[in-house]
Amino acid sequence: MSRDVAVLGVGMHPWGKWGRNFVEYGRVAARDALADAGLQWSDIQFVAGADTVRNGYPGYVAGATFAQALGFTGNQAASCYGACASGAQAIDLARAQILSGKCDVALVIGADTTPRGFLAPNKGERGDDPDWLRFRLLGATNPTYFAFYARRRMDLYGASSADFARVKVKNSRHGLENPRARYRKEVTEEQVLSSPLVSEPLHLLEICATSDGGAAMVLTSMDYARRMTTDPVRVAGVATITPTYPNTVIEMPNFSTDSAHGVPLPGRSFRDSIAAAAYEDAGIGPDEVDTAEVYDLSTALELDWYENLGLCAPGEAERLLNDGDTTLGGRVPVNPSGGLACFGEAVPAQAIAQVCELTWQLRGQADGRQVEGARVGVSANQGLFGHGSSVVVRI
Amino acid sequence: MSKNRVAAAEGWFTMDADEPRLLGTRGVDSGSYFFPPSMATSANPAHPFEEREPVELSRRGRVWSLATNHYQPPEPYVSPEPFEPYTVLAVELEEEKMVILGQLADGVAPETVKVGDPVELVLGTLYEDDDNEYLVWKWQPATGGQG
Repeated sequence: MSRDVAVLGVGMHPWGKWGRNFVEYGRVAARDALADAGLQWSDIQFVAGADTVRNGYPGYVAGATFAQALGFTGNQAASCYGACASGAQAIDLARAQILSGKCDVALVIGADTTPRGFLAPNKGERGDDPDWLRFRLLGATNPTYFAFYARRRMDLYGASSADFARVKVKNSRHGLENPRARYRKEVTEEQVLSSPLVSEPLHLLEICATSDGGAAMVLTSMDYARRMTTDPVRVAGVATITPTYPNTVIEMPNFSTDSAHGVPLPGRSFRDSIAAAAYEDAGIGPDEVDTAEVYDLSTALELDWYENLGLCAPGEAERLLNDGDTTLGGRVPVNPSGGLACFGEAVPAQAIAQVCELTWQLRGQADGRQVEGARVGVSANQGLFGHGSSVVVRI
Repeated sequence: MSKNRVAAAEGWFTMDADEPRLLGTRGVDSGSYFFPPSMATSANPAHPFEEREPVELSRRGRVWSLATNHYQPPEPYVSPEPFEPYTVLAVELEEEKMVILGQLADGVAPETVKVGDPVELVLGTLYEDDDNEYLVWKWQPATGGQG
């Protein structure tokens, strides 16, 4: 039995620093996704909201919040949070509802309004919250963890700051024509390397900003979709997995990794296992991937993802980048949207936005940034405390 | 007048000025190690409900990675005024085979440290107020000998 569901419509509110209520971004994204699908809000049987934790109580119950903002119709709703993976959780939930036969038409929405500067832990004396304690006892900001991964690439694989900077140069070019991107300006290697060091070896222009934004998609059963269109983009695989013990890579916001004392290492690292699970769910291999949207929280992290997605062997990501394989026009363009480098991170919307972009790519609608002939796309993403996510779409 | 020297995190490490140790736990069935001791952040899935005994972790390990922060982090980090860059190390303990974070010891130049270098645990000042000096564990390059 096919486990595909159709992506009938996608929509996004442009990313930026708009300073408005997050619900408004979600409404705009939902309006555009419904229009793209040719459906009305009243057609939606199930709403999956990806939560935000930075906008008070309405953000914790995003499913109901968005449903109320569009006008309660008595449809079913769910709210879910998985940090940066929240959007994929919502997609997975909607897909499961459809595949189980509980509904035919679902709307997935994520939106966020973010404060300026570093993402910080929740306020108050929170001596039992590792997210609070890592700031208190270590000053271990999010970029600190990104810098750990970057520095390892340098010391293990001989990666250079120039290699990392060229990821930003590539993504800044990719995003130039993307009307929903926040940053649409070409940057040079020199500009990246002369921007202030934030968490050495990473510079300011190598670390993604935090943004306001919203994304939405209409998912339907294949039978329902065939009544509306001939050849819809399909969600073929979703992974929302956790690591396998022992996870020996330090992960935000932890103080330590698991102990590998006396136990065998898992066959794959956590990040390697994320896309592998989505590939398995979709019944494809990495060699079938035409384009990928990955979570480039930093330039160097994008290079890690090349290897985690199986696009190349460990230690070969710099070569892949420098050969142009991951640039538009190359073998497997990565972040044709411009990625987080051009968007900044709107946490609960981001994993949905990745799939929106892949949908436009597979339909041939990505004007000015089209991956020619793309038929299979994969997204990859990771949320705090071990929420891995990846979505495979195909046409 | 000297200030009281107090632990910035009670029960996370010994206050031995010469040879401090991180305080972890060990699963009585699995033999797996855990840190910090006060938080149920991890478990060996073969023994999710096992008892755990307190254990002092080894003082030595090798640098897994490092990062030097040039921007002042948000609260609750207590920054000196004016802000000074600081380095955070991720260190893999040889015996326990786990990576534990900690700041680089005061006075060590970060450019002298690279992935794979041996380091050992020391105490250092995290921040001070009028009455107290708050201490935390830090990592410094190891001076030889066995861990």
